Amino acid sequence: MRRQTQGDKARDMAQLLVAVGSARDIEAFEELFRHFAPRVRAYMARLASDSQLAEELMQETMISVWNRAASYDASRGAVSTWIFTIARNLRIDAFRRENRPAFDPADPAFAPDEVSPADVEHDARQLSEQLHRAISALPEEQATLLRLSFFEDQSHSVIASRLNIPLGTVKSRMRLAFDKLRAAIGASGDLS
Amino acid sequence: MTIRHHISDDLLVSYAAGSLAEGWSLAVATHLALCPACRRQLSIAEGVGGQMLETLADDRASDDSWASMRNRLSEVQDSSVPASKPAASSARSGGLPEPLRSYAGGDLDTLKWRSLGRGAYHIPIRTADRETKVRLLRIPAGQPVPEHSHGGRELTLVLSGSFVDSQSVFARGDIEDADASLTHQPIATAEADCICLAVTDAPLKFRSWIVRAMQPMLGI
Repeated sequence: MRRQTQGDKARDMAQLLVAVGSARDIEAFEELFRHFAPRVRAYMARLASDSQLAEELMQETMISVWNRAASYDASRGAVSTWIFTIARNLRIDAFRRENRPAFDPADPAFAPDEVSPADVEHDARQLSEQLHRAISALPEEQATLLRLSFFEDQSHSVIASRLNIPLGTVKSRMRLAFDKLRAAIGASGDLS
Repeated sequence: MTIRHHISDDLLVSYAAGSLAEGWSLAVATHLALCPACRRQLSIAEGVGGQMLETLADDRASDDSWASMRNRLSEVQDSSVPASKPAASSARSGGLPEPLRSYAGGDLDTLKWRSLGRGAYHIPIRTADRETKVRLLRIPAGQPVPEHSHGGRELTLVLSGSFVDSQSVFARGDIEDADASLTHQPIATAEADCICLAVTDAPLKFRSWIVRAMQPMLGI
């Protein structure tokens, strides 16, 4: 039997979420819930003072997933990415006293994408598998930086003093890590 | 419109992770509104966030959690997806994009500028973070950016007109990311006034005590 790859799993998850969005399919949602609930709860627990709060924030996240499932667009990215952004925004609301300003694609002053949807869809299908492999292959020091950035809600200057390295080193390691990830998914980088 | 000066990876990752202070995030998000290329980079960074989420898990049983979720679903059965809100009618292309327009309290033609002297104007922008100082600046054509000293990082996002710094031109959508080690002197180009969003480290953090003592007098 062939081992299920990260890419296969991502495709299954996308099908489940589309079923939730289009048909309010509770069995599909249960399967999504049983996969993501422990992950989202662990993500919340990184900042929550007790497990009860982590559980509540996980429940809020998954209710949002249920309510907003119809707005999920599989061509735009993986389910894990979509759920991550929902969990992240709820975590900011819960633990930070400030807003996270975001752009609004419906704004007339917004500059629309130049890429055709077909290109994006092609990328999104393979992205999970490629990113997963590339992250696993990162040197430990770069992987540590990503973990601290995504889980601990710390600014890069705080991370720098915690790891006892200069801020410039944090920035250059992040750059190195992202150059590798970009190369792995065949994205053009080197914007700046 | 071709944007040539983009957001660095470390800012993008912090923004994607949700750990970037509000002031910096305002400059990043406003640049993203104008820059499809950086939005692609953001979706990569958020994809990394999704993959990182996959690596987590706690070992608590999910049955109780699912039972209470199942109960909530029967209560909220008909809560449909809220339609995306219509864009503010005052907006126009070439003006201030969101989220900046809401923070500034209006578009370019309705802003209430305060004089800084020598033909320069500014509008302080309030955020809830204590890490940054945020304001809009209007620099008269051909003039340097006034009172230009900063101890830490400074992000400058051009919204209208352009400026030249270290032999590079920064036009609408371009973002300059300067740190304390960079000696620079942005000068607005001659054709038009330059309007930009400037975000700096909050001054108290980095300045010497003597400057700190003078700050109330200087109003900076």
